[in-house]
Amino acid sequence: MNGLIHKTNGVHKNGKSHKTMYTEETDWRKDYWESFEETPLLAAVFTYICYGLVVLIGHIRDFLNDLGLLKVNACLEPRIPGFVPLFSTWESFYTRHVFRRVSDVLSIPVCGVPAARVEIMKRVTHNYGWSYELHKDERSTMLNFGSYNYLGFSQNKGPCYDAAKSVTHKYGITPCASRQEMGLLDIHAELDSLVAEFLGVEAAFTVPMGFATNSMNMPCLVSKGCLILSDELNHASLVLGSRLTGATIKTFKHNNMQSLEKRLKDAVINGQPRTHRPWKKILIVVEGVYSMEGSIICLPEIIRLKKKYKAYVYLDEAHSVGAMGPHGRGVVDYFGLDPKDIDVMMGTFTKSFGAAGGYIGGTKKLINHLKLTSHCSVYSPTMPPPVVQQVLSSMKIILGKDGTNDGQRRIKQLAWNCRYFRRNLHERGYIIYGNKDSPVVPLLLFMPTKLAAFSRECRKRDLATVVVGFPATPITKTRARFCLSAAHTKEDIDEALKIIEEVGDLIRLRYSRLPVPDFNENDIELIR
Amino acid sequence: MMAIIPATWDMYDMFQAVIQAPAYHLIFEALLIIWIFKLMFSKAYAPNKTILTEKEKEELIQEWQPEPLVPDVPDDHPVLQAMNNNIISGRPDKVMVINGKSVVNMASLNFLGLLGDESIEAAAQKALSKYGVGSCGPRGFYGTMDVHLELEERLAKFMNCEEAILYSYGFATIASAIPAYSKRGDVIFVDEGVCFAIQKGLIASRSVIKYFKHNDMDDLERLCIEQQKEDKRVPKKAKVTRRFLVVEGLYAKHGDICPLPKLVEMKWKYKLRIFVEESFSFGVLGDTGRGVTEHYGINIDEIDLMAACLENAIGGAGGFCCGKKYIVDHQRLSGLGYCFSASLPPMLASGAIQSLNIIIDDPGMFGKLRNNCTLIHEKLSKIEGMRVVGDPVAPIKHFSLSEPSDDRDLDNRSLEKITQEAMQRGLALTPARYLEHEEHNLPLPSIRIAVNVKLTEEEIDTCINIVADSCQAVLSKSS
Repeated sequence: MNGLIHKTNGVHKNGKSHKTMYTEETDWRKDYWESFEETPLLAAVFTYICYGLVVLIGHIRDFLNDLGLLKVNACLEPRIPGFVPLFSTWESFYTRHVFRRVSDVLSIPVCGVPAARVEIMKRVTHNYGWSYELHKDERSTMLNFGSYNYLGFSQNKGPCYDAAKSVTHKYGITPCASRQEMGLLDIHAELDSLVAEFLGVEAAFTVPMGFATNSMNMPCLVSKGCLILSDELNHASLVLGSRLTGATIKTFKHNNMQSLEKRLKDAVINGQPRTHRPWKKILIVVEGVYSMEGSIICLPEIIRLKKKYKAYVYLDEAHSVGAMGPHGRGVVDYFGLDPKDIDVMMGTFTKSFGAAGGYIGGTKKLINHLKLTSHCSVYSPTMPPPVVQQVLSSMKIILGKDGTNDGQRRIKQLAWNCRYFRRNLHERGYIIYGNKDSPVVPLLLFMPTKLAAFSRECRKRDLATVVVGFPATPITKTRARFCLSAAHTKEDIDEALKIIEEVGDLIRLRYSRLPVPDFNENDIELIR
Repeated sequence: MMAIIPATWDMYDMFQAVIQAPAYHLIFEALLIIWIFKLMFSKAYAPNKTILTEKEKEELIQEWQPEPLVPDVPDDHPVLQAMNNNIISGRPDKVMVINGKSVVNMASLNFLGLLGDESIEAAAQKALSKYGVGSCGPRGFYGTMDVHLELEERLAKFMNCEEAILYSYGFATIASAIPAYSKRGDVIFVDEGVCFAIQKGLIASRSVIKYFKHNDMDDLERLCIEQQKEDKRVPKKAKVTRRFLVVEGLYAKHGDICPLPKLVEMKWKYKLRIFVEESFSFGVLGDTGRGVTEHYGINIDEIDLMAACLENAIGGAGGFCCGKKYIVDHQRLSGLGYCFSASLPPMLASGAIQSLNIIIDDPGMFGKLRNNCTLIHEKLSKIEGMRVVGDPVAPIKHFSLSEPSDDRDLDNRSLEKITQEAMQRGLALTPARYLEHEEHNLPLPSIRIAVNVKLTEEEIDTCINIVADSCQAVLSKSS
């Protein structure tokens, strides 16, 4: 039994509908490949047994603590007479008994620049995860597959560093005022126009925090009486932003265009529930690349649906701007579409530009409206100048404005790395989720114990990875996530593959039963 | 008689009972059984559901016209114009350059003058050469740098708290902290004059919000007594309803200080948990800048959670919360702005550590700042036709028309004219901006004047004269 439920060669039904007519000349579907293999039954069963055992032991410990036989060593909430307890016992149960055991795999302190190799500090716990002690002098350098550094701009040397250094001296580190209240410096105006040029839109504006870009700007676009159709796996910032708008929210299945079409059709035909009045606006909220799944959104289909049903599209390119497309302009560039078809293009500078903050791009009308009504324009300061300069320098390099082909080299290196890494992992028999071109690679571990084992064993062998479990992912789908970077050379990736194979054999991760896919990295030409 | 079947009834007795029952009873029961069968097998009740044909559906899809995504904004909107005309070149220090002209800056919230400090810039540059600019990840995934841990430790030590947690954006600090503790069904008592970030945090928490009049303790008492009555009515619900009190140390919209001793009294009397937001009072109030608790001489342990942003007086970026370990640690897993966002760029964290060092080394600057604030307050109140609201020691002054008209737009325009006149004369001012349709409690239009500790007496005199001249120029024209 190989868990296979689809008759085609393991390709997950990603909403490609053979019945809908799609008459574009270059059929993007020929080059679109992604896989989400089914969980093997035995792995799922053992995962539930694992969780059950841990929860049972947790209950026994709590029981013994109540009896006074066992001291549960925690910074538990003291009982203050008259006050209602701040945390319900169930809420903290998971943190105390399940999460605490594996808390050494998260929040690992870093003490150097997070480039292809990163220096981390040793952290020791003497009481099984209740508290940690930092050993500041014990450091080790590891291969970094955990930081978001897609184009390798996280550097402490080079043209970006020089520019940021001089700007710190010229402008200081904070503008101390909001955009509408004398906080706009000339470099902010320059950044706004450069971002607009980069994306191919009329205008853009920037926000100092990527999370806040979503939560502060979505309420300016839609309000009560509108409908938001959001993908079920959208990021927490999009979910919070949608909630703060006050509009009705409906979700559709992840990357499934038939589910989206059905929702759109129902919405337009039936209108608002109960009153059947027509909706004021419909906003489709999707991400370019989903960082937990590694999937790429079917953007051409979304644009076709948007045009047919007159909806608006809000595209969050946090993980795809800079990392996808032949010119690094994101998922719109990857599919070769017109940026003017997307109503609101949002993204962040944290991942591919080595800076911090977010931006929104669109028509001049949209950006003027947002500059007037966005919460960040009025109530919080503009971006710190060194961060602005970092974005300016890195964006100019990607566009090729600095006169070198360093930008193109990085883009091609990242694309080559993705294909090479993914192909090799598929060949070795691990279950990998996602599209063949996405720079985020989730490797399924299934059991919570393997989560801890994988991270610790990799760390022993000097490989830094990110592991994610419940509740960020579904309960049986714990995974390790690798973020590729243009700073990784072929040797770095080979070293990582060797380590992963060693650890994978040790903890038995070869779950895949599907045939090896036939894509490879040979069609990408590297620039030396 | 046949109503209740006793427990000891057995099969034989039941059979006897059926035989001995009267005929009408048996017929009635038989009819009931037939009725039940009929209901079971007949179609469910469904009201008349219109089923549209495909053609009608296509027509509806063609007909529907959505509203435009955003409304039209005229190009000559005053706020847009103000933003486009006031672009600063270089550092927004005490004296800055706008459009090639050098003006004194009383608009940036640079209370302690740390914006232009060279040692802070040197510390930031040192961190830049070690870490680069961005931190490339959230705190959980290799985004925790040792400077973050050091800054958290230093802030906790400075505030005499057990633990502090660092956020990468000031607005997100309190907006993520409130929903982490208060959930649906809890009750939050909050002052009407709180800032927008708190209002967003309250909406995100989905709790029951009860606003009390600005700084009015009697109104708060009244709401608490009402809540007590409600608790007595449904004691079971009261046992699981948490109660919070959210106030600001120094209100950004009004420029006055909250009555903290009375609030702490209310906390113990009505069993509320206090959250104090000290964005404008941290680094300003108190003998050593430790905020509103030091200003009143109250022990920080009485406050459950203190949140502040590092973007104002400290001249850094981001924000922090501090308090007892068991309270603050909870945000490490449930604060949305902490878990799902990249961490503060390490060079800005280094800059903030250096700012803290400067504040600890030179506590005399707070006395100087208070002197400047009181002086400016006195002088501004003497200007004819205008008035100042707020506490004399507050570093932001809300300077508004002493006789506001009913038309808010008209007042806004007069204030814009005053700021433009002042700009021509060499002083940068800004009207206080609000999202007029979104604010819970909109204060009157005003010009927000920010005090800088570095201003000398002569400079203050010059600036106040400029303000007085501009006001006279605009008000005499309109009157």
